[in-house]
Amino acid sequence: MIKKAIISEASETFCKKVIELSGEMVSRCDQCGTCTGSCPMVIEMDISPSQMMRLVLLGDESVLEMKTIWICASCFSCTARCPRGLDASKVAEALRQMKLRKAIHYLHLEEIDREELKKFPQMVLVAAYRKLTG
Amino acid sequence: MRIGVYICHCGGNIADVVDVKKISDSIRTLDSIIFAKDLEHTCSEEGQNTIVEDIKTHHLDRVVIAACSPLFHEKTFMKLLEKAGLNPYMFEMANIREQCSWCHPSKSNATRKAEDLVKMAIKKSQYDRPLQKTSMTIGNRVLVVGGGIAGIQASLDLADSGFDVYMVEKEPAIGGKMAKLSKTFPTEDCATCIIGPKLTDVSTHPNIHLYTYTEIKNIEGFLGNFTVTLTKKPRYVIQEKCVSCGTCAEKCPTKVPDAFNEGLSERKAIYIHNAIAVPRKYLIDADHCRQFNGQRCGICEKVCSTGAIHYQMLPEEVILPIDTIIIATGYDPFQSELKTVYGYGKYENVISALQLERIIATGSSGPPLRPLGNRIAFIQCVGSRDEQSDHEHCSRICCMYATKLAQLVKRINPNREVYIFYTDIRAYGKGFEEYYKRAQNAGIKYIRGRTAEILEDPTTKKLTMRVEDTLSRQMIEGEFDVVVLSNGLMPAKSTDSVANFLKLAKSPDGFLQEAHPKFRPVDTLVDGVFIAGCAQGPKDIPDTVSQASAAAARAIRLMNKGEFDIEPISAFVSTEKCDGCEKCIAACPAKAIQMIDQKAFVQGALCKGCGLCCAYCPTEAIDLAYYSKDQIMGEIETALSSKKPDETRVLIFADNTCAYRLADNVGTARLSYPAETRVIRLPSCSRITPNMILYAFAKGADGLFFGECDHKASPFTGATEAIQRNIRIAQSVMKTIGVDGNRIFFTELLASLLTDYYKAITNLIKIAKKEARPLNDDLKQQLLTASLQVLTEEKGGTL
Repeated sequence: MIKKAIISEASETFCKKVIELSGEMVSRCDQCGTCTGSCPMVIEMDISPSQMMRLVLLGDESVLEMKTIWICASCFSCTARCPRGLDASKVAEALRQMKLRKAIHYLHLEEIDREELKKFPQMVLVAAYRKLTG
Repeated sequence: MRIGVYICHCGGNIADVVDVKKISDSIRTLDSIIFAKDLEHTCSEEGQNTIVEDIKTHHLDRVVIAACSPLFHEKTFMKLLEKAGLNPYMFEMANIREQCSWCHPSKSNATRKAEDLVKMAIKKSQYDRPLQKTSMTIGNRVLVVGGGIAGIQASLDLADSGFDVYMVEKEPAIGGKMAKLSKTFPTEDCATCIIGPKLTDVSTHPNIHLYTYTEIKNIEGFLGNFTVTLTKKPRYVIQEKCVSCGTCAEKCPTKVPDAFNEGLSERKAIYIHNAIAVPRKYLIDADHCRQFNGQRCGICEKVCSTGAIHYQMLPEEVILPIDTIIIATGYDPFQSELKTVYGYGKYENVISALQLERIIATGSSGPPLRPLGNRIAFIQCVGSRDEQSDHEHCSRICCMYATKLAQLVKRINPNREVYIFYTDIRAYGKGFEEYYKRAQNAGIKYIRGRTAEILEDPTTKKLTMRVEDTLSRQMIEGEFDVVVLSNGLMPAKSTDSVANFLKLAKSPDGFLQEAHPKFRPVDTLVDGVFIAGCAQGPKDIPDTVSQASAAAARAIRLMNKGEFDIEPISAFVSTEKCDGCEKCIAACPAKAIQMIDQKAFVQGALCKGCGLCCAYCPTEAIDLAYYSKDQIMGEIETALSSKKPDETRVLIFADNTCAYRLADNVGTARLSYPAETRVIRLPSCSRITPNMILYAFAKGADGLFFGECDHKASPFTGATEAIQRNIRIAQSVMKTIGVDGNRIFFTELLASLLTDYYKAITNLIKIAKKEARPLNDDLKQQLLTASLQVLTEEKGGTL
């Protein structure tokens, strides 16, 4: 199935938001693929870093549902090599923030058995809260 | 006759394959040969000195050099002869490198062919006669066709150098397309501000004679001697009296769409062409003025305080003597209506890039010519790179002008969303890539994909565009307030008439063809005629200006000395034989022949030396110097005299412009083809008359190959038809005699298409080997008898 993207004020607002949060002018991306080629995590990703940049430019919110933005380890290989001076990891970070700000709780502590909860290290809980709650 | 022959080793390029010693031994014994030497490098300083000394000590009167292609070193050696005090045309070259050692790997075959080629050159040289280079005086008057930035730059360069410039512009004011632009990429200089002073320079320069609102009615003549007829269209306003106060236009009741603003605003029927018009004078648009359309009006005449209105004004004809011509006729933007899927003319919010230029250019002085909305999309390559529109070429400037316009509209209103839908971004020029990045930085979104169609919402008039983003492989749909078409640059229609008067060739894209794409980029094949700017192909302003200055320099090069040399290879007439039938006049593509006292007379300065006239002359009164009938017959005979009964031999007649060059290129590419070929180099194959064809078969040729420039690229109009006619006549004679005339092949060629030539030759030899049967003596004799006559269309069939 070919995906269809609608360019509209809604898509542009999304794109602007990413630009604002990341400070990266995604319209400067030339889609050369250096970021993807440099990324050590790329085989674990569902879309490549350059695809992520493209979806942001098109204002396609489905980018927020991609594993890629979480798999990005912020190693800055892409940043070091981008011929247009862009920082794709900052864009990934902005997208993570946007996803988190949607305040969707995936982790409900009250549903977990108290005894079991005691077994978890505190670090695990903090990390899970950071990632899985709004 | 005292002929000196040199065979060149060319390092090992020739000598590794061709047995040069054997050849020099075999020709040494021939008549008139004083010596035959082989030299390691004939073109080296040492080799050249040897030749000069030999000419002097042995009192040579002819020199034959067997070496590389004459296209490579002919001029070098001719100069050498001149230095040694010998006429440069007492010289022949045999091409035993490109067309022998490089394309025939078999040593014995290559040596046999090389020997024949040398003997052919010797034979030809025996008929050489000294040709005197003549010179003609030339004045300093230049016609510049077109008053755009190309014409302006060329005119100013010429005028500043002291030449008289006659600038002709069909519009009422000069400035061309550049005067319409908002800003120029990539520096964003205001177009009006930078062209304005140049317009004034043109109008005030004492050496420039400006003819605006003028068309070219006719051009005749040749370098140093053109006669140009102009028609000045009536402006109905006496220029000297008009003070451009504007009262007339204020009071004029008729409104007309303003073409200068691309139809976005209205002007009056009496108008001034544009705000910075040079000359700044009013004129009446007679197509719309009430006075000229059966209605009474006369208001402008009444209100004009200087009495400048003159309804009875008539077109005026001006005849100018001109020495050189610069064609700077520019381009036409692609007609947006033709790309129907984009709905220009149908959808009110689809506009052309030039319209947007006008909207922005006029934006600072009043309300915008039309609203632009907040969401704007540009479509690239409209009419360019599109075989649906029959235009394969890239227009070169659209990527950058769209990048410029996008930034300008975004800057006017930063909240605007601007998209550019492109196929490739070509940011090839100085500062272009940086400019492109600046646009991306400003938030202009470049989407890679060619818009398939635009749909209009009938109520809101908004436009929905359907296009693939070929980078993310998604289908994109977007709604826009305004869609801007980045129209390509097309050959200007107004170029056609000038091109026809001067017989200028066009390249396949429809723009004017330069004489050589690398080394003569502003020359045309017509001497003294140069091209500048978009008439030659799409280009931006800096390239146009450079080319215009180059064209001016090339024109100055011809005129500066006050005289120029004429190539002495031209046709000549034997007045005893000429019966004044005028067939040569009709045939001549250069219009070089006139009747004087009922005899044909060739004007040496005009003659291009193609030999077309010779093919049509029914009395053999006209012949071509350096490629005379005797010389060609001699070459044909020599080429076939060494043929053994069981051998196949094919003659190749190759024109100098394409086929001979192509044969050289085949050698340079080391493509090998059978060595049963002997090449005869000609200015054009139309020089080969029907009786020469019969002569070749009588002497044992198994096949003939005619290679000639494609008629579109040929400098000689009508050559193709002449060759076809000559072959047809020869074939009809052969039919009556009872000889198979099917092994005559004619192909139009382009110098770049190596495989075409190579395949055609290989194929012909294959056919000749299979089908050629030796002729008996009776048939040979009949052919020979027929070849002694002059064969024409009428006689051909009845022999």
